[in-house]
Amino acid sequence: MTAPPPAPVTAVFAVDSSPLGMFGYFSEHRSEVLTWLGYHAWLSALPVVLGLLISLPLGWLAHRHRWTYPPLVTAAGLLYTIPSIALFVSMPSIIGTQILDPINVAVALTVYTVALLVRVVADGLAAVPEDVAQAATAMGLTRRQRLWRVELPLAVPVIAAGVRVAVVANVSLVAVAGTIGVPELGQLFTTGFQLSVGSPYYPPITLGIVLCVLLALVFDLLVVGGTWLLTPWRRAVGRS
Amino acid sequence: MAWLNDPGNWTAPGGVFDQLAAHLQYALIALVIATVLALPAGLLIGHTGRGRWLITAANAMRALPVVGLLILLYVMLAPHIHGRGDTVYLVPTEIVLVLLAIPPILSNTFAGVDNVDPAVRDAAAGMGMRGGQVVRRVELPNALPLIFSGLRSAALQVIATATVAAYLGLGGLGRFVYDGQASQNFAERNAGALLVALLAVAVDLVLAVAQRYSVSRGVSGRFPKGAAPGRADVPGETGVAEPTKAPPPATHTA
Repeated sequence: MTAPPPAPVTAVFAVDSSPLGMFGYFSEHRSEVLTWLGYHAWLSALPVVLGLLISLPLGWLAHRHRWTYPPLVTAAGLLYTIPSIALFVSMPSIIGTQILDPINVAVALTVYTVALLVRVVADGLAAVPEDVAQAATAMGLTRRQRLWRVELPLAVPVIAAGVRVAVVANVSLVAVAGTIGVPELGQLFTTGFQLSVGSPYYPPITLGIVLCVLLALVFDLLVVGGTWLLTPWRRAVGRS
Repeated sequence: MAWLNDPGNWTAPGGVFDQLAAHLQYALIALVIATVLALPAGLLIGHTGRGRWLITAANAMRALPVVGLLILLYVMLAPHIHGRGDTVYLVPTEIVLVLLAIPPILSNTFAGVDNVDPAVRDAAAGMGMRGGQVVRRVELPNALPLIFSGLRSAALQVIATATVAAYLGLGGLGRFVYDGQASQNFAERNAGALLVALLAVAVDLVLAVAQRYSVSRGVSGRFPKGAAPGRADVPGETGVAEPTKAPPPATHTA
């Protein structure tokens, strides 16, 4: 009878439950966390694109026909007053989806983006100096050409400022949907919460916060970069 | 709707009235603390023009995910809090709510003071007002519309986030949302969502009315019909600063 082979000696790492344990947590749960990160990025960016596409004509309408400004901006402000968790859980009964369908989050955040940007687009177009618009007309531009070639480009910095706010707020808002179980980085917080029963377990929580902040930073830089590309005349003058 | 029509759901212990009171209480505590901290700071930074980095830092804080912060603080603080009842949930929640309410109040107060026409400020100094008097009698009244818009966006975020705090175990209207979700009682969940939305709209409305009655008519340009003083309708001659820069757009959090 031979002695059983000695148990293989494995390095025993103490589970690092300090905030910095997030690095270890990330390498252990890499694929899961990256999937959530992907969902999170998608759910924060898509509503901004959709919201911008919807707000541009609405904002133009509010600018072009002054009487539509008060109702449009008031309605937008009212929509913006609805807390996001309330909107996330009510979406299924409004648009007939399942409660955990990410579409709820995308639609709710599109609503917020439109609520924020309608006013920004209208005010941005209104801020175009009157003499510039008149000069464009004097050069023979039709009303449509004037909008596309003069007014809209000049409104880009104002609109971009609104888009920056929307995209950063969205990253934080998407995480809220994690508390009802929609898969994205917010699930790191609920996971951390459940693992902390008894004694604190920080890694998933700190990892989630760091990834959210990084994601917001990346989106913000993308918008700033896009604004830089779209406004070459500002560089020519030498101002930022 | 059926859930809301049952009077038992309103008056029972832990019913709508109780949670509504709790929700308002959490929000009010946070707003008062945040205003006491941020309003004087914003006035001071705007008046002296020094410490602008504080505004930038406060605005950068808006990128933090609120739910994450809430859960982090709870996990950190829970072992050290041995109070009765809700204290263990209340302390981290109030910290997050205060942190959340400070940036809009601070940056809007600063923007409001910063937007005051320098000529108006000089005139006040020329009339012999001291620094503190200029702040109280000139800069504060002129900045009031922007301060109110900061306060309204802070109130909105605080009410919204107090809902999420129910995920931790705190009371408030979020209880119905999370309890309904957990027990698959969707009528209760939807009723909770509706009540939170209504509360947010109602509080915004109250603040809008408060703004209407506290902002000087010289600043808002709102005069009763036929009572407009002679020069008030001449743009630029009302003696008050027209806001030159758009206020920073409000952010929405939870």
